[in-house]
Amino acid sequence: MRRVVEGSHAVSHAVDLARVRVISAYPITPQTHIVERLAELVADGVLDARFIRVESEHSAMAAVIGAASAGVRSFTASSSHGLALMHEMLHWAAGARLPIVMAEVNRAMGPGWNIWADQTDSLSQRDTGWLQFYCEDVQDVIDTILIAYRVAERVSLPVMVVLDAFFLSHTYEPADLPEHADVDEFLPPWEPVEVLDPAEPRAFNQLASPEFYMEFRHKMQQAMDEALAAYPEIDRAFAARFGRTHPLVEHIPAEDGARAPLALVTTGTITSTARAALAELRDRGTPVDLVKLRALRPFPQDEIRRVLGPYGRVAVIDRNLSFGYGGIFAQEIRAALSSLADRPVVYPFVAGLGGRDVTPDTVRAVVDRALDDEPPGDILWAGLKE
Amino acid sequence: MVEIRFHGRGGQGAVVASNILAVACFLEDRHVQAFPAFGVERRGAPVEAYIRVDDHKVLLRTNVYTPDHVVVLDPTLVEVVDVVRGLKPGGLLLLNTDLPPDRFPRFAPFSVATVDASRIALRHRLGSRTHPIVNTAILGAFAAATGLVSLDAVCRAIHQEVPSHHDENAAAAREAFEQVAVAREADR
Repeated sequence: MRRVVEGSHAVSHAVDLARVRVISAYPITPQTHIVERLAELVADGVLDARFIRVESEHSAMAAVIGAASAGVRSFTASSSHGLALMHEMLHWAAGARLPIVMAEVNRAMGPGWNIWADQTDSLSQRDTGWLQFYCEDVQDVIDTILIAYRVAERVSLPVMVVLDAFFLSHTYEPADLPEHADVDEFLPPWEPVEVLDPAEPRAFNQLASPEFYMEFRHKMQQAMDEALAAYPEIDRAFAARFGRTHPLVEHIPAEDGARAPLALVTTGTITSTARAALAELRDRGTPVDLVKLRALRPFPQDEIRRVLGPYGRVAVIDRNLSFGYGGIFAQEIRAALSSLADRPVVYPFVAGLGGRDVTPDTVRAVVDRALDDEPPGDILWAGLKE
Repeated sequence: MVEIRFHGRGGQGAVVASNILAVACFLEDRHVQAFPAFGVERRGAPVEAYIRVDDHKVLLRTNVYTPDHVVVLDPTLVEVVDVVRGLKPGGLLLLNTDLPPDRFPRFAPFSVATVDASRIALRHRLGSRTHPIVNTAILGAFAAATGLVSLDAVCRAIHQEVPSHHDENAAAAREAFEQVAVAREADR
């Protein structure tokens, strides 16, 4: 059914559609609407799930680790400092190979205290072993939650579904909410291999000595590779049922069959604004191709090389910062491109930190600078006050 | 694309008003996007909410800077907030007030519409004398003053989005639709 729905509530309804059985979460702005609506759905008997109330995000993640260990489809949501408090348990969820899905609302880290959009919270969790998918609009949020469970359960790794604070979490817009019957076909009940069961005691997550630990880690890397390999097939299955496709790298040329002198890479809601800004630029005679990057992990390196490799110039907009280096997606992209003998010049822009608005003017300024003779550098600031 | 900004006070229903208007436009097959000002909301403090309406999918995910219309739910706000900030020349300013439009000469570059939404809300027992719930009445006035959306769609959206007192809210919208007074910028 197509209706007007808030980004946060879209997450809640997708969790209902996925027939999640255990939810544990702790409220934090701007994630609160997600768990509020889920609590209502459970209390009203719409969603047949246990909602476990906890005193912190660390405990929320611990609770869903317990639930998933018992073979139950589980969900949590967090943001910013809440996610940071989960950090230890994030490693545990991935190492225990549990297909938990979390909605993560991108919010800046303090101090200075800031509740607005900034990706540095989720990107700081890069090396925890979680898959991370970034969403552009409300429809993308609904679809990604469903795809996330299918991918997670296929490869036994947890998935973070990431959405921008306010620009997505608090935005109402029309979206298709699929029917339960269709989702049941796409996402059948999870069939766990190993289940924690008091009737059949076994040891889980025990000591892994140097003799074994490295092989466990190798298997996690293989699972990431498998996720990358399986994603297109899962995306096709989703498209066959729901008519929408969500590739990990989406290439949107300004003009069909032509390659523009510049490709602009974006993630999250900046992609949506860039679509509008680049359409206007194209109509004024400056074609710039858009590349929407959806995944941080697994990082689609081959696809990035295939799509971006042929360009002369690539600009990246990062709403995040790795202090002492620069924008994090740009860093990943430059690393992927480094194996090509002939590779584009990358212009790594940092913009929109702490919710500073990234407008069509910001996008145009970035494009102008990348097409001009500005030296590419390691970090280029956009929209920074003098 | 049409952009609209709502001014209200925390707890007054400006955000709900923007959502109802978004649903009303959606029911008439328009593309919509509604969102609140991203701040730390407190009851009674000035708040803003926005909506975009277009014939195509709304792609911009940025703040609204130059609205086509501005709706003010609380009569005291015009003294403390620059309610016409960025309003496009010739744009419409809709005020909840018991005064006629010609009592606001300072808003001369704009069309001004006024409606006593507080009185209408109270007549339909929406809220209390100190806290009338005016967000549905003001939308009836908005439909009449702008023609952007039909009164029928506003009433249907009220039934979908408002948790209770559907008939009273719809009746308030209808009454405000009839009573709004508009002074067009071009006629002044």
